[in-house]
Amino acid sequence: MTTATSHAHGSLRSYLIGFALSLLLTLAAFGAVMLKLIPHQLQLSAIVLCCVVQLVVQLVFFLHIGTAREQRSNTGIFLCTALLIAIIVSGSLWVMHNANTNMMPGTISVERAMAHD
Amino acid sequence: MHSPVLEEADTLLAPAPRKPVTTPVHAHPVDDHSHDDGAKTTMGFWIYLMSDCLIFAVLFATFGVLMNQTADGPGGRDLFELPFVLGETMLLLISSFTFGMAMLNLQAGKQRQVVLWLIVSGMIGAGFIGMEVFEFSKLIHEGAGPSGSAFLSSYFTLVGTHGLHVTMGLIWIGVMVDQIRRFGLDTIVRRRLACLSLFWHFLDLIWICVFTFVYLREFA
Repeated sequence: MTTATSHAHGSLRSYLIGFALSLLLTLAAFGAVMLKLIPHQLQLSAIVLCCVVQLVVQLVFFLHIGTAREQRSNTGIFLCTALLIAIIVSGSLWVMHNANTNMMPGTISVERAMAHD
Repeated sequence: MHSPVLEEADTLLAPAPRKPVTTPVHAHPVDDHSHDDGAKTTMGFWIYLMSDCLIFAVLFATFGVLMNQTADGPGGRDLFELPFVLGETMLLLISSFTFGMAMLNLQAGKQRQVVLWLIVSGMIGAGFIGMEVFEFSKLIHEGAGPSGSAFLSSYFTLVGTHGLHVTMGLIWIGVMVDQIRRFGLDTIVRRRLACLSLFWHFLDLIWICVFTFVYLREFA
């Protein structure tokens, strides 16, 4: 029971680890962009990486997602939602990007479109 | 089939020994099923949070589609100040941590400390909202209000929805501080605090995506 509750509600140690890691990842993301610590081409990938890692850190240490028995249902529901979010976000961006590049007036003349060029 | 009417009739025929009435009694007769330890409620609340997550996912997708449609107006690079955003981020992160301290003290049953940490979390959260209101009013004052462009509309909707959630969290913290004072750390209060804890940490998670994709991305 004691291990179960410590899984579900965390301990001082887990909160401290989570806080320290989050602080580090936040400062790394801001530092990469504000202080230009890394080359410009890599900055976007770096901040996205920091974001994803920090999301996982906070899910584990603050929201107590895990594989222990009483955490499993929450974890399952979360993974299901994450899949939906991935479909919604990537699908929207993909569809609208295609619409922008292929259907925007002005980028292709009517004659060329008619000729299926 | 196990109908609730029959169950009620059963208890009428053979009344279970009543729980000794202690004062102050919590106003809601929710806790009469002693086998429900609140795990179901917490899971239900988690499902609500996931649906909230979908709202934010749609708002992020909208922002992603519209972020370059600035209508020849100012873009994020001209408007946002990263040190200010870093300040907001720190406030929310620290508030999330102090709420964790409240939950640890709840486990230990230390009522005074729970109230104290809740108030600290609420004050820091209020600081975050104060900064956000300042930022919004500054943008509107500069002529970059939500009607300026599709980019600004989606920005205000996304960040504003998050801010509204944090404001609701602040009200909820206030309500819980009052409930702890009235009822002590009883089962119902504990369950509600567990839900509020999920809510508060969840808002920090959303903010991680906001500062990465809305603010930092403009400068990367």
